[in-house]
Amino acid sequence: MKKDIILKAENISKQYRLGQVGTGTLSHDINRWWHKIRGKENPYLKIGETNDRSTKGTSDYVWALQDINFEVERGEVLGIIGKNGAGKSTLLKILSKVTAPTAGSIKSRGRIASLLEVGTGFNGEMTGRENIFLNGAILGMTKKEIASKLDEIIEFSGCERYIDTPVKRYSSGMTVRLAFAVAAFLEPEILVIDEVLAVGDAEFQKKAIGKMQDISREGGRTVLFVSHNMAAVKSLCTRGIVLENGIVVFEGKIDDALEVYQNETFFVSKNEYIGNKLIKKAYLHSFNNTVKYKSNFQLDVFFESMNTIKNLVLGIVIKDLNEVELIGINNRHYQFDKKLAEDVDAGKISIFIKEINLFPGAYKIDLFLGDSTTDLEIVTDAIKFSISESFKYETLNGLNFKINKVFQENVKWEYSSLNN
Amino acid sequence: MNDNNTPNDWLFEITPKNKFFSLNLKEVWQYRDLLLLFVKRDVITVYKQTVLGPLWYLIQPLFTSVTFTIIFNNVAGIDTGTVPPFLFNLAGITVWNYFTACLTGTSDTFKANAAIFGKVYFPRIITPLSVVISNLVKFGIQFLIFIGFYIFYYFQGANLGLNGLILFFPILIIIMGILGLGLGMLISAMVTKYRDFSHLIGFGIQLLMYLSAVMYPMSLIKDKLPGYGWLVEYNPLAYIIETARYMLLDVGEVSVLGLSYTLAVTIAVFFIGLLVFNKTEKSFIDTV
Repeated sequence: MKKDIILKAENISKQYRLGQVGTGTLSHDINRWWHKIRGKENPYLKIGETNDRSTKGTSDYVWALQDINFEVERGEVLGIIGKNGAGKSTLLKILSKVTAPTAGSIKSRGRIASLLEVGTGFNGEMTGRENIFLNGAILGMTKKEIASKLDEIIEFSGCERYIDTPVKRYSSGMTVRLAFAVAAFLEPEILVIDEVLAVGDAEFQKKAIGKMQDISREGGRTVLFVSHNMAAVKSLCTRGIVLENGIVVFEGKIDDALEVYQNETFFVSKNEYIGNKLIKKAYLHSFNNTVKYKSNFQLDVFFESMNTIKNLVLGIVIKDLNEVELIGINNRHYQFDKKLAEDVDAGKISIFIKEINLFPGAYKIDLFLGDSTTDLEIVTDAIKFSISESFKYETLNGLNFKINKVFQENVKWEYSSLNN
Repeated sequence: MNDNNTPNDWLFEITPKNKFFSLNLKEVWQYRDLLLLFVKRDVITVYKQTVLGPLWYLIQPLFTSVTFTIIFNNVAGIDTGTVPPFLFNLAGITVWNYFTACLTGTSDTFKANAAIFGKVYFPRIITPLSVVISNLVKFGIQFLIFIGFYIFYYFQGANLGLNGLILFFPILIIIMGILGLGLGMLISAMVTKYRDFSHLIGFGIQLLMYLSAVMYPMSLIKDKLPGYGWLVEYNPLAYIIETARYMLLDVGEVSVLGLSYTLAVTIAVFFIGLLVFNKTEKSFIDTV
């Protein structure tokens, strides 16, 4: 099946500088320029940290977005969800060309128009009608296009009575209605919407969501939608991306995305665990912390011990977000390298699972390291990852994976009539 | 990834850096309606909720000319030849005002429009362009006043002569607008990061006025201050104002060399400004 990809983000990263921009800016600029003329890399690009607002970092530079990859198909409504500061708005700003990414690129096959925060570009002194033209032009419409839709726009906004009054006399709700009405009649291939419905009343929100559904279904246009209004996201979007601390922690069906988001999992920033006891490091081979359904799963565990361990046992438990254990295996359950029966003190153990059978969703891994009698170290929630849909999943015919956590293969259904 | 079976027909690509020089004229043309609407907005919002309305455009140059006439001509005794000093000053100030309006208007493009630039994309160059054009409207109104006084003095019997070169006056104004635009874009780009420039511009313009032959003929400074005359002679604005007065009032001199120099500087400043502006527009929102 060939997908009609209209928008593709490749390794998008965005770095911001913390603290007061001003002091030291000049010296950093000079340093940057000095590196550049010697043909070296920008020294400040290396030192960014993950964007975790609550912890104090050591660097002045922070990655608001890190290696974001996704594709959007034509006609799809993609929801982008995440907590405050997860990088949603930064991503939309990059998409709408307001700011450039620090690294990576976005490729698009369609015109992108954005509706970020309503009323931008409205001039309080000008009337509603004048502002419709001004706002429409800012969003990329020509005067002719606007004029042909003017009546529809005014009607949709429900501000007919005030249309020749300066916008500064409008209530905030009316401003939103008017601004949304202008944007709703835009005709870009891709529409980017950020938190616009927050101010409108229930009736208008419903109207707006209906309009957006029309846009995507009948108009065949693509919508990227950011909101904290989960009901709106659920009713509007078909697919979702969950952002956390600047990385994509989940990409898949909107219901799953909402589940991941609402479970408030504290996804660690990396598919990597760094420890300081016996298990020094664990690393999950994944793409954006996501393993595709029915693809190969590989986890590497590095350990180091002061004393030698005989008959080392390494176990992993994979749980869902409700702490239900789904897979619990260790190396003694399988044929394993005989070398571990001897004394070992350091090494790497890799676990391969061919075509992992977990359904799309979010999961956590606990690690157990021990000898034949006791557990020497237990790391709970060492790694958090998600399983995403893949084409193999599409063959499941709508199996409800909220009930089924594992897909039972080779099931045959047979019917025979008892009347004969 | 199915890169292999998707053709490479992307409409556009968003990348970290702009190409070295990318003025996308096609895109600017697509947004021409926005340019006109910005001009309209700038013109009509200036005098909304004022009693005197567009009259405010006239009051400032008139009062400045009166002040200059009293101080520079009556007190300091600068000789303006056969031309009435008030008209001499009004001509200089009207032309000079257009330049300062363009320069100050464009120099805080990024800062003043941060809210809207931070939300939606359109070719940023539209904004400074709209400033230059809407100021042209303001200049037009102020110029009408000049014409009014010109006629008044003419019937008073003052020795006034139009010069044939007056036909080139619009070109002179366009050159001035472009110079203001280029310089303004350059400064606006630098202001985003270093606010120092916005302090500089305020008094910088005032100082520049004294070096631009606004209230004295260029020949005067060469006579009186031969040691510092070069300051005025290297100032492209001085040639524009001197030439404008020559065209309008037939006083002073026209230096072909000076005008060629002015044109060269204007073109250079405009392209450097454009270059820096283009470079800044992509990520200024992070530093402004």
